[in-house]
Amino acid sequence: MSESLTFHFDVDGEDFTSAGQASVQVKKNLRRLGISPEIIRQVSIAMYEGEINMVIHAGGGTADVIVSEDKIEIILADKGPGIADVNLAMQEGYSTATDQVRSLGFGAGMGLPNMKRYTDEMIIDSVVGEGTTIRMVVNL
Amino acid sequence: MTVNELCQKCGFSAVVIPDGDREVTGCYTGDLLSWVMGRAKGDDAWITIMSNINILAVATLADVSCIILSEGVTVDGDIIETAKQKEVNILSSSLPSYETAVKVSEQI
Ligand SMILES: Nc1ncnc2c1ncn2[C@@H]1O[C@H](COP(=O)(O)OP(=O)(O)OP(=O)(O)O)[C@@H](O)[C@H]1O
Ligand SMILES: [Mg+2]
Repeated sequence: MSESLTFHFDVDGEDFTSAGQASVQVKKNLRRLGISPEIIRQVSIAMYEGEINMVIHAGGGTADVIVSEDKIEIILADKGPGIADVNLAMQEGYSTATDQVRSLGFGAGMGLPNMKRYTDEMIIDSVVGEGTTIRMVVNL
Repeated sequence: MTVNELCQKCGFSAVVIPDGDREVTGCYTGDLLSWVMGRAKGDDAWITIMSNINILAVATLADVSCIILSEGVTVDGDIIETAKQKEVNILSSSLPSYETAVKVSEQI
């Protein structure tokens, strides 16, 4: 793989039942590319948590996955409310999820920590009232 | 042990088993989806009482070998249909999660 490959997805913020579709598609694509199962699992988990966060907290957004020779980059961008205190949001157990969302099993406050744990690099760029962009890198 | 064998040996019911030859190598119990994502290992059997459609994406992405619905929890027909398409194995157990996990542990 000398050139990089990009996969782009629009993540619907209305539809809870199909949430995770982009991540499931990326998993399939990475499998086809012959990426190792461990790496696929890392990317799948990190991307799913980010995708779900865009659905639950930001009304949807976009996801771009760039596969190059030495790394996989995941860029999630939304125009949601933004995160006022990123350090607080990164703490295990911190969540602003509604009761309705919690009843589905979300809202443990573990998504962002999982994203950090399963990637080699993670940068959160968030402006209150404008949106959030998260860039994650998994090294190959 | 495969998912088919586990289902039979533990006396669980097969809700839908599109990929029954898949190996089960461990077990994780939990209902909070991000905990499952973060803590379950690939090829684990995942025991839960959660039955909404989101469990299918979690099972696929966390790469567990099967979902075991405990406490006699059931799922809707459309979830079974989607599980078939996405090749997610779902078993069900009438026992509570703890006893379900003990049964799994006796086999693997
Ligand atoms: N894209 C986003 N836009 C706005 N706020 C966000 C976004 N992502 C996360 N947050 C905020 O950060 C908090 C923590 O996120 P995290 O993913 O760790 O937990 P959660 O989504 O609440 O629960 P879980 O991921 O365990 O289901 C969220 O509750 C929310 O307040
Ligand atoms: Mg989250």
